Amino acid sequence: MPSPMPDAFAPGDRVRTRPVDPPHHTRLPRYARGQVGEVVRRLGAWPLADASAQGREVPAEPVYTVRFAARDLWGSGDHWVTVDLWQSYLQPDLQPDLQPNLRPDREPAP
Amino acid sequence: MSGHHPDAEVAVRVRRLEERVVAAGLTDDAELDDVLSRLLTGAGPLNGARIVARAWVDDDFRRRLLADASAAIAEVGLSMGGGLKVQNLGVVENTATEHHVLVCTLCSCYPIGLLGPSPSWYKSEAYRARVVREPRAVLAEFGLELPPDVTITVHDTSAENRYLVLPRRPAGTESRSEAELAALVTRNGLIGTAAI
Repeated sequence: MPSPMPDAFAPGDRVRTRPVDPPHHTRLPRYARGQVGEVVRRLGAWPLADASAQGREVPAEPVYTVRFAARDLWGSGDHWVTVDLWQSYLQPDLQPDLQPNLRPDREPAP
Repeated sequence: MSGHHPDAEVAVRVRRLEERVVAAGLTDDAELDDVLSRLLTGAGPLNGARIVARAWVDDDFRRRLLADASAAIAEVGLSMGGGLKVQNLGVVENTATEHHVLVCTLCSCYPIGLLGPSPSWYKSEAYRARVVREPRAVLAEFGLELPPDVTITVHDTSAENRYLVLPRRPAGTESRSEAELAALVTRNGLIGTAAI
């Protein structure tokens, strides 16, 4: 088995999900593609489901809980949505100022 | 419609699939029976209720549960290792100001080993599509009207972790035993679509 992929992100990091539309099985929900969120925690490491579903053996890679503001996802709403996402779905958020909703007025308790 | 049994059609398809994987040498009927019986024997919401009741009466257990649920549930004789592979468990805690609700928008990921098979509405497209978008309205339809100052977090649990909601302990239950408290906990309370 190939060696595991090193962590690219840590809790507190702002990330943008990849704006992809793959023709195969994926666990990156459509509504969460191309969106900016915040890494909440690292859950562990598992082979990317997209590859496993095709019978390909790939290294385990980190899976993170990423939190999104409803207003960023849907344009309205005062709730949060967390999605558990493989590292391959994420890239660093390079334009933090364009996402004012990530920290709404009301912050949940840590 | 009289005589129409959609479950029977599914059963036939499942059996055809079983025959194909057995013919391909991937498993055999005995192993399939063994895995299914291990997974489903004793799998039901009572397991989740026992976890919640222990957390309500034992604050140290509650903290261990929130920090590492997969390890903590061994203290009540449960494990996440009953299925084909060991899964991680995460527990999220409802408070006076925070409410958590679970969904798998992509399919129907659910802690079957702890809660048994999921309710049909959990797998419905309506629930999966709407709860991430308008949870307050969906919860109200379940009969759970949350005050406006309660922050809702919807957990889309479509990767490898499974989740359980730790509901708030009902007021006036201070004198109840752990077993009596467990009897109060409902499946919907463990998913986050009801209060206890």
